[in-house]
Amino acid sequence: MAHEVSHDQAHDPLNVTNPEHGEHHIVSPLQYCYVYGALLLGTLITVFAAKQDLPGVLNPVVALAIACTKAVVVILFFMHVKYQSRLIKLTVGAGFFTFIVLITMTLLDYISRAWGMW
Amino acid sequence: MANAIATTHDEVHEEHEHIVLPQHRHHFETEEQQREAGSFGMWLFLLTEIMFFGGMFFAYLLYRNWYYPAFVAASNQLNVPMGTANTAILITSGFFMALGVWAAEVRKKNLLVWMLVFTTLFGCAFLGVKYFEYKEKYELHHIPGSSFSTAMFTNPDNYAETKGRPALAPDMAEKTQIFFFLYFAMTGMHALHMIIGIVLLFWLTWRAHRGEFSAGYVAPIENFGLYWHFVDIVWLFLFPLLYLINRHPIH
Repeated sequence: MAHEVSHDQAHDPLNVTNPEHGEHHIVSPLQYCYVYGALLLGTLITVFAAKQDLPGVLNPVVALAIACTKAVVVILFFMHVKYQSRLIKLTVGAGFFTFIVLITMTLLDYISRAWGMW
Repeated sequence: MANAIATTHDEVHEEHEHIVLPQHRHHFETEEQQREAGSFGMWLFLLTEIMFFGGMFFAYLLYRNWYYPAFVAASNQLNVPMGTANTAILITSGFFMALGVWAAEVRKKNLLVWMLVFTTLFGCAFLGVKYFEYKEKYELHHIPGSSFSTAMFTNPDNYAETKGRPALAPDMAEKTQIFFFLYFAMTGMHALHMIIGIVLLFWLTWRAHRGEFSAGYVAPIENFGLYWHFVDIVWLFLFPLLYLINRHPIH
């Protein structure tokens, strides 16, 4: 028996030694209530911010920043990513990263073909 | 020889603790591994969904830059109070879904069933509000196609809703059709995901009622929760982009 750690022996929340065996973390209802409150608050703020005439391109920037914050909160807590193994965290991160790469590269193409015409 | 096989067999049993549960598939070593593989697969599916909706978000970004005045005029015609109400309704539905996952994890059968019922009810309420929004567009001839009318954008002063807004030239006013096309494509695909989700919720509620998810097997509830929250996130971006960011155009 050459194995140092058996599959169920080690307490290994980050799954470093045993990446395929994620712990099942239970998020408490109170925590869900905080998240729910934060999301409703975010909705009110984004509607309020949209009614203000912010300088320059700030209106869409603020709206998207609030939307991104809300999305991250949903992903981390409602979707439990904060408590998942590194494999899942990496998968989620890689997906969004690839999406951003696709958007950026396509935008670069459109912007550079008709310079100044956007 | 027979001896050797028996020894190996014993070792395997020492090493892995086999949990015999009906939901535990034999090709997974442990239940945790099975659960992990399940969420991994669900996330891969959700990533393809990000790419699917992402294409439409990109089209919106690009056309908004090209036909900015048309997008501003058309976007200001959307109903912000209804959109805000729908955002709150959808967040509430997601909140009940999250509580449902918790109820399954702590094996409270009746609570799980009720949470799934509330998730479904708020999901239906969202679609109900959406129906009234679509109806308004229909009455104003703002559904792209042969009956589309640009009258509201070329002569805004003729309508109570758009009085005092700048008039668009006819060629730019035609481009409002692109905004409404994207509006219906994006909110329509989102609504389709909601409808699929509600159908799945009926099925899951029935299974939860039979006690299938209150004995330690929560993967279907968890993975459906991921799908439902993903649909929430799409709306969290649709709402500001379609309804809010064009309220104060750059002059």
